[in-house]
Amino acid sequence: MNKLKSEKIKKKLRNSSVGIAGVGGLGSNAAIALARAGIGQLIIVDFDKVEEGNLDRQYYFLDQVGKAKVDALKDNIKRIDPAVNVLVLNLKLDKGSMEKPFKNVDVIIEALDNAETKTEFVEEIMLKLPNKPIVAASGVAGYGHCDRIATKRCGNLYLCCDENAPSSDDDVLLAPRVALMANWEANLAIEIILGEDIGN
Amino acid sequence: MKTLGIEVNSKKVEWVKNETVDQLLKRMGYVFPLVVVKINEKVIPKNDFSKVIVPDKSKIAVIHMISGG
Repeated sequence: MNKLKSEKIKKKLRNSSVGIAGVGGLGSNAAIALARAGIGQLIIVDFDKVEEGNLDRQYYFLDQVGKAKVDALKDNIKRIDPAVNVLVLNLKLDKGSMEKPFKNVDVIIEALDNAETKTEFVEEIMLKLPNKPIVAASGVAGYGHCDRIATKRCGNLYLCCDENAPSSDDDVLLAPRVALMANWEANLAIEIILGEDIGN
Repeated sequence: MKTLGIEVNSKKVEWVKNETVDQLLKRMGYVFPLVVVKINEKVIPKNDFSKVIVPDKSKIAVIHMISGG
């Protein structure tokens, strides 16, 4: 292992922040990956409570059912690394002020569920915070087809997408594919923060 | 008047004079209702899709989101 590179990455990540909109399947898994990678600060926003039906893909446990997702996720992150500064916002992102919690983060991760909210969020961030990198995901439902997933870049929007995937309104959401895309988003966020990995 | 002028998601497409964003989306066959549109790196708010005219030689990105998360 290259010690110099590893120290440099550690330091840079510790001084960086990521904001996550929604901590369901995408957001909870992305947050855990970023915490393990050593991110300094996470701002997590959601208004939902943990339900038993979430446990097939979201990073929560049976004994957390009924708890606010943001609080449960903070607890889980603290069990991995208490040094991560987790700021929780137990609220619904409202159209017109969706960008507010994310003004000061280095990268925003869109991890919402339905297409309408996803679109509204991406549009609002691109309009109001045009210089802020935003990572979004589209086409999470179903299983298999790993290699249909690709990153599309459009200005400051980095979209992890499978254009041929079904909508979750008509199809299943399962842990492997959801976590794959969540980690894809986290990996993109890290790449944006650190710059492209060009070796040692 | 038509020219071979604009690019939609990296595809070369004819430019049509006085065409709005709404009309372009329809012409492209983009039937999904939920889209983010950027013209030459500028985001066009959804409420303006029926007002904004697509300029010649512009580069347009149409992004649509599928439910799931």
